Amino acid sequence: MDSYDRSESTPEQSASSRLKNYLTGATPLQKRLESVKKQTSFVLTPPQRKILQCSQLQEDVDPQKVAFLLHKQWTLYSLTPLHKFSYTNLKEYSRLLSAFIAAEKQKGLAVEVGEDFNIRVIFSTLLGMKGTQRDPEAFLVQILSKSQSSENREGKVLWTGWFCCIFGDSLLETVSEDFTCLPLFLANGAESNTAIVGTWFQKTFDCYFSPLVISAFNLSWMAAMWTACKMDHYVATTEFLWSVPCSPQSLDISYAIHPEDAKALWDSVHKTPGEVTQEEVDLFMDCLYSHFHRHFKIHLSATRLVRVSTSVASAHTDGKIKILCHKYLTGVLAYLTELAIFQIE
Amino acid sequence: MLPQTTVKSFQAQNRTLQGSNSRQTKLSAWKIKQDLSNSKSILKHGQNNLVEDCGHDDDQAGDALQIAVGYFEKGPIKTSWSENKTLERHLKTVENVAWKNGLAPEEIDILLNVALSGKFGNAVNTRILKCMIPATLVSEDSVVKAVSWLCVGKCSGSTKVLFYRWLIAMFDFIDHKEQINLLYGFFFASLQDDALCPYVCHLLYLLTKKENVKPFRVRKLLDLQAKMGTQPHLQALLLLYKSFAPTLISVSLPVRKKIYFKNSENLWKTALFAARQRNQGLSPEPLKLMLGPAKVRPLKRKWNSQSIIPLLNSSSYTKECGKKMSLSDCLNSNGSFPPEQLQNFRQLLQNIHCLELPSQMGSVLSNSLLLHYINCVRDELVLLRFYFWLSQTLQEECIWYKVNNYEHGKEFSNFLDSIIRAECFLQEGFYSCEAFLYKCLPLWDGFCCQSQFLQLVSWIPFSNFSEVKPLLFDHLAQLFFTSTIYFKCSVLQSLKELLQNWLLWLSMDVHRKPVISSPLETTLGESLNSVSKLIDYVGWLSTTAVRLESNSTFLLHFILDFYEKVCDIHINYNLPLVVLFPPGIFFPALFSLDASILNQLCYIMHRYRQNLTAAKKNELLQKAKSEFNFSNKIYQEYNYYLTTMVGCLWTSKPFEKGMHIDPKILEKAGVAEYKESLNLVYHPSLFSYAVFFLLQESPEERTVNMSSIRGKKWNWYLDYLFSEGLQGLKLFIRSSIHRSSVP
Repeated sequence: MDSYDRSESTPEQSASSRLKNYLTGATPLQKRLESVKKQTSFVLTPPQRKILQCSQLQEDVDPQKVAFLLHKQWTLYSLTPLHKFSYTNLKEYSRLLSAFIAAEKQKGLAVEVGEDFNIRVIFSTLLGMKGTQRDPEAFLVQILSKSQSSENREGKVLWTGWFCCIFGDSLLETVSEDFTCLPLFLANGAESNTAIVGTWFQKTFDCYFSPLVISAFNLSWMAAMWTACKMDHYVATTEFLWSVPCSPQSLDISYAIHPEDAKALWDSVHKTPGEVTQEEVDLFMDCLYSHFHRHFKIHLSATRLVRVSTSVASAHTDGKIKILCHKYLTGVLAYLTELAIFQIE
Repeated sequence: MLPQTTVKSFQAQNRTLQGSNSRQTKLSAWKIKQDLSNSKSILKHGQNNLVEDCGHDDDQAGDALQIAVGYFEKGPIKTSWSENKTLERHLKTVENVAWKNGLAPEEIDILLNVALSGKFGNAVNTRILKCMIPATLVSEDSVVKAVSWLCVGKCSGSTKVLFYRWLIAMFDFIDHKEQINLLYGFFFASLQDDALCPYVCHLLYLLTKKENVKPFRVRKLLDLQAKMGTQPHLQALLLLYKSFAPTLISVSLPVRKKIYFKNSENLWKTALFAARQRNQGLSPEPLKLMLGPAKVRPLKRKWNSQSIIPLLNSSSYTKECGKKMSLSDCLNSNGSFPPEQLQNFRQLLQNIHCLELPSQMGSVLSNSLLLHYINCVRDELVLLRFYFWLSQTLQEECIWYKVNNYEHGKEFSNFLDSIIRAECFLQEGFYSCEAFLYKCLPLWDGFCCQSQFLQLVSWIPFSNFSEVKPLLFDHLAQLFFTSTIYFKCSVLQSLKELLQNWLLWLSMDVHRKPVISSPLETTLGESLNSVSKLIDYVGWLSTTAVRLESNSTFLLHFILDFYEKVCDIHINYNLPLVVLFPPGIFFPALFSLDASILNQLCYIMHRYRQNLTAAKKNELLQKAKSEFNFSNKIYQEYNYYLTTMVGCLWTSKPFEKGMHIDPKILEKAGVAEYKESLNLVYHPSLFSYAVFFLLQESPEERTVNMSSIRGKKWNWYLDYLFSEGLQGLKLFIRSSIHRSSVP
């Protein structure tokens, strides 16, 4: 009976560490699971987001580099944290990755790391491209062709990809410092190059790339948030594209509005200062729908929103984005980071 | 000063030269002395395996071999016809002995010398080399000496090739390889010879250690590659170099699998097999000549991965990236054990302190040894890497989560199977799977990968039930109620397994003494509360299901299986918890038309009794602990069930209390006398047993008198029931009914 006494008293005093951890969410894994639970259960509650603002930190970014990022179409990926990535080794990574690409392009043929290939890989940081000080530094990877002619030393850019994290607090909190969290990856260039670079990253830093698609729900959020941005001058009309699934070819409905009209509509539905709420987004879209219905007798709410373009940026449901406005660059990226984090949770 | 040192060093050189000379002479002297006795002892050893009358022949052959070896050692005296004949005779002798029993290390030493020194013609050399079959081992010295002959240039190209092939084939039989490894540079230089290159590559492949991989060698190999194109042997060596020094070289393999080396062993295949048998246990498995990716790779589907689970690779990539390695790193890296070399559990135990982690943590899923390892190191970082990989892969591969890749359904279910295998192996669920279920269970059709999904449910790690219920179990309930009876049974089955996993885990946990107690920890009470909520949930599902499926026996079996687990929690898992089944289960089971259901119910009631008595006993022993005292309600409830059962099965007085049936209804049903009509004889499921029992007694009887089963006959009837396999009933009656009350 003695033994029973002991066992009876143990649970009274304390359950073991794992049980404890479980219910307090002490270990990183537990924390992750907790946040997944939260996300899953709160998905239906209407969120609120701040109206896009220009980040102070963004001012430090090299304007030439920013210009390079704008007006290009990027394919979006979400990326799990990089294990043992170090910003001090970027040169080394360039060497290794270029050798890897060379080896992949000529399967079976070994190549020396650091050998002179007809391509060059450059890793460089995008200093200041972050939302808060805690966000890790964004960085850029470029594949350049080496041109024969000596006058153009830089060579032609074949492929570009960049990794960033803007206001990634929710992810940063749950991950230890052995990881570098850059949940958003944007690529421009041949898909085959993206594949090679992605494979190298996955092998080297034990991370995982998945294509980031944007749901119609998130597209309407983008439409509302981007319309709400104060612009000095508009460079493009606000345009929506809906897709009607029908055979043999799907029918696309394009709906273009003068950006100032769109802004006026937004101002009329917008109440909460500094914030965008779910009701406002719904109301904004509903107004557009009813306007369209009045003219064409088509219920757009029954179709699928596939693309939104404004003067700030344009986004396609396939996970393609083009950012036009320098001022709201980080704002757009912050929302994309949020979506990427949601996908990897 | 200067000239003196030169003189000294010259002297020293001289001395070493002399030394080596003298050693050589001594060695040969020793050889001559030892030759006879040694070969004899070996032959004697060989004799043991032979039939007796062969012995004489063998002895003779042994002597002949001595003479033959001696003859070869002396070299050809003159070339004449008779000389050729003697040569042929001696060669035959050597060949015969070699292919029969193999040659002693000393004999091989001498003959190798002969073959490579070019004393005889090419044909003879070839024949000698072909029969260099070791009886046991080949000494390293012989190989070193033989290699030194290669530098002299006395042997032809074909002899060299044959020698290399021999060396590769016999590699495992060489007693040491340190000296041979020192000749690495020499072998490497031989790569330039086009004819030798494939064989030298193979030899280097066998010899290469990490310290042999040098940038200048990498460059040389790449030059060769540039000259000769992608030769498989070069590719293999380069791949090996890459695995040692990924920062120096990059190779990627073509998708098709390939054999990298020509089989050099062919010539000696049977002899090698025999030698291995002789040395049983001494030599390792024959070396596989295919490299890593020869593991069958499915077609490349998308850029993310060749197969869902990544291939095992050591993490040297990232390690070498930090250019400045500290001293301790250097020391560590020398002693570290790459995961891809891990073959068996013994190796794991020997290298557990220095085992490298794979570069992609997902690869552990297909390797049980590494699963063991990550499970016992319990490193959060490792688990987190695994978590990220598994979560994303599940999400990416899930066929209905991503609507557009239906064609990979089979692959996905195979992947789930390998996850479940790993979970069963570790006896532990993965958090990634739990998170995955949260996300995708609401979207699940209940059909796709059904068995895998339900197994994943049963491996959900222990957690707070109220928290998980809205995320998971509410969705499961919706599917449960709207699906077929088979689905319902499968769900109940997996919930039973879930309960069992939780209980096992809790009971292990409770009895582990924690090192530090913190104020934040949860009490056992909270955990038990979670378990009892799970049981209540299953009770609720079952009650409704029984009604939906109109008391299906099949379903009741699965429900009672669940309660068989529940009723024994206190005794089997030593946890202070007893939860009874709801009346919605109890009554349909009690009045089931199937005797096996009644039997199972009796067994469960019997186990509840055991558990409750044990609990009572413990409570009496320690009055102070009040938290886990069972409320009187449970005892009352149990007693109510018990009296009902005794009333219905034994005393024919069902529903003494708590149930009123309108007499008019009973009259209508023709059972006004119901109070006497319900016992072990008249119970719907036992009625047929009673009839058979009576027929057995008096087979001629046209009518059976049921009421005759009483008194002594009642006891016989009971024995009859027990003999028909109703063991649960037996246990129940033995424990819950005092036999004095036989009606």
